[in-house]
Amino acid sequence: MNLAATESQPLLIAESLSKSFGRQVGCRNVSFDLHEGEVMAVVGESGSGKSTLLRLLSMQMEADRGRVFYRLRDGATRDLTTLGEAELRFLARTDWGFVHQDPTLGLRMAVSGGANVGERLMAVGWRHYGEIRQAATDWLSRVEIDTARIDDRPTTYSGGMRQRLQIARNLVTQPRLVMMDEPTGGLDVSVQARLLDLLRNLVAVLKLSAVIVTHDLAVARLLSHRIMVMKDGEVIESGLTDQVLDDPREPYTQLLVSSILQP
Amino acid sequence: MNTPQHAPAYNFAYLDEQTKRMIRRAILKAVAIPGYQVPFASREMPMPYGWGTGGVQVTAAILGADDVLKVIDQGADDTTNAVSIRKFFQKTAGVKTTTETAEATIIQTRHRIPETPLTARQILVFQVPIPDPLRYLEPRETETRRMHALAEYGLMHVKLYEDIARHGHIATTYAYPVKVDGRYVMDPSPTPKFDNPKMHDCAALQLFGAGREKRIYAIPPHTRVVSLDFDDHPFERYRHDDTCALCGAKDSYLDEIVTDDRGSRMFVCSDTDYCEGRRGDAGRTGTPHAEAQTP
Repeated sequence: MNLAATESQPLLIAESLSKSFGRQVGCRNVSFDLHEGEVMAVVGESGSGKSTLLRLLSMQMEADRGRVFYRLRDGATRDLTTLGEAELRFLARTDWGFVHQDPTLGLRMAVSGGANVGERLMAVGWRHYGEIRQAATDWLSRVEIDTARIDDRPTTYSGGMRQRLQIARNLVTQPRLVMMDEPTGGLDVSVQARLLDLLRNLVAVLKLSAVIVTHDLAVARLLSHRIMVMKDGEVIESGLTDQVLDDPREPYTQLLVSSILQP
Repeated sequence: MNTPQHAPAYNFAYLDEQTKRMIRRAILKAVAIPGYQVPFASREMPMPYGWGTGGVQVTAAILGADDVLKVIDQGADDTTNAVSIRKFFQKTAGVKTTTETAEATIIQTRHRIPETPLTARQILVFQVPIPDPLRYLEPRETETRRMHALAEYGLMHVKLYEDIARHGHIATTYAYPVKVDGRYVMDPSPTPKFDNPKMHDCAALQLFGAGREKRIYAIPPHTRVVSLDFDDHPFERYRHDDTCALCGAKDSYLDEIVTDDRGSRMFVCSDTDYCEGRRGDAGRTGTPHAEAQTP
């Protein structure tokens, strides 16, 4: 298979994903493709099934129906449910990143910032302390954390720093796909702005593919190429971000867009 | 049982035969999968947790009437823990006990491996407080089991990384993690890292019993045991840079003993039998072989 043909294949394919919790619908019949270097935002209000979708995509939760395909580094597109647990976990700590809204979930709070960044490297077999430390230092400066804080625990970091540390920890193995669950939630506006700026840069430089779950339409507009609007577990509208946000078709999307505060 | 020398109220070696069989099955499994923690139905023993309930159960399960038992606590034969466990088996099994490493067939130990090299006819039984090396790194037991199953041991190096970041060198001095037979990462119980190299390619069978945590694991004879480290911070043995004040040994693991309240101190061998042996027969009388050989 020639390279061009491989590159034109989507990186991630979701095929009619459904999940319900008893009578409660988590998400229903969600399908989409994500290509390399593409950023997709999933927006909707609380309880619309955004986080459930993310957990289904990252195989943290088993779907009732539907499948997820992912193109591995060797070019083969595989149904993720056919991968073994060891393969999935390896994928999750090398080729994927997962950024939680609450950084304490994604970080090891009891070890230093440097060790948090270095963990994935050690997990894939790095055994040279000097090199691990160098990589950690590089990544801390890339996410604008003072490298003098490398040996401090994340418990001593501010909320914004913790979130940036979590991003560094995920990107250190140069993943191709990053999933983010409300990455800017709980941060104040100026810190959000810096984080968004940083993310936008990293995504562009590293040519990352990303699925970003957010309820903040401004985040979606700044970071994403495409957008999916969810309501009650279903995708009600999707398309290019500018197009959907500037000219929303569905009444619910119109409501979402019009409820942004204008200063 | 051909030598019913033990106190009549007890079954041989305290535990009932079914229990001993259950423990032997766990031991066999542990030997078959070096370094893997095998769960077992640990019993209440007539001593508190932390005093060697795991080691005692393993010893009870493998003890035969003609075995010669040695028990050490931090290298010494004459400390409380060692004396009481020796007495326990004298009373309940009527076996011969010794303080001489070379004479013993089973050596139960708390945190040291004797200086005298072990032989193929000996078994070393460790008392283990915390069997899982991942315990303080990952709080979920379900997760640590999965990590062992998938050989995901990156986290172990995170601990060593933290040591170097904070102290400039690997400051873990005891319970230093090892990889057994290229597969399972194992906690060698709180033995000083000085003893780690002795585990590698050891002629004797090494058994580990954790009573409170209900786990048994093992290193079969002549198994590869490698201490984890970094390429640029290799594993190093540690001993006080001194000689034993009693026997002059330069190669043994030393205890520091404070001799007055003005800061005077001396270093002596932690392995009392090794020290006495080097001082000759005159030295041997130094340690009270307190208990009589019969109950």
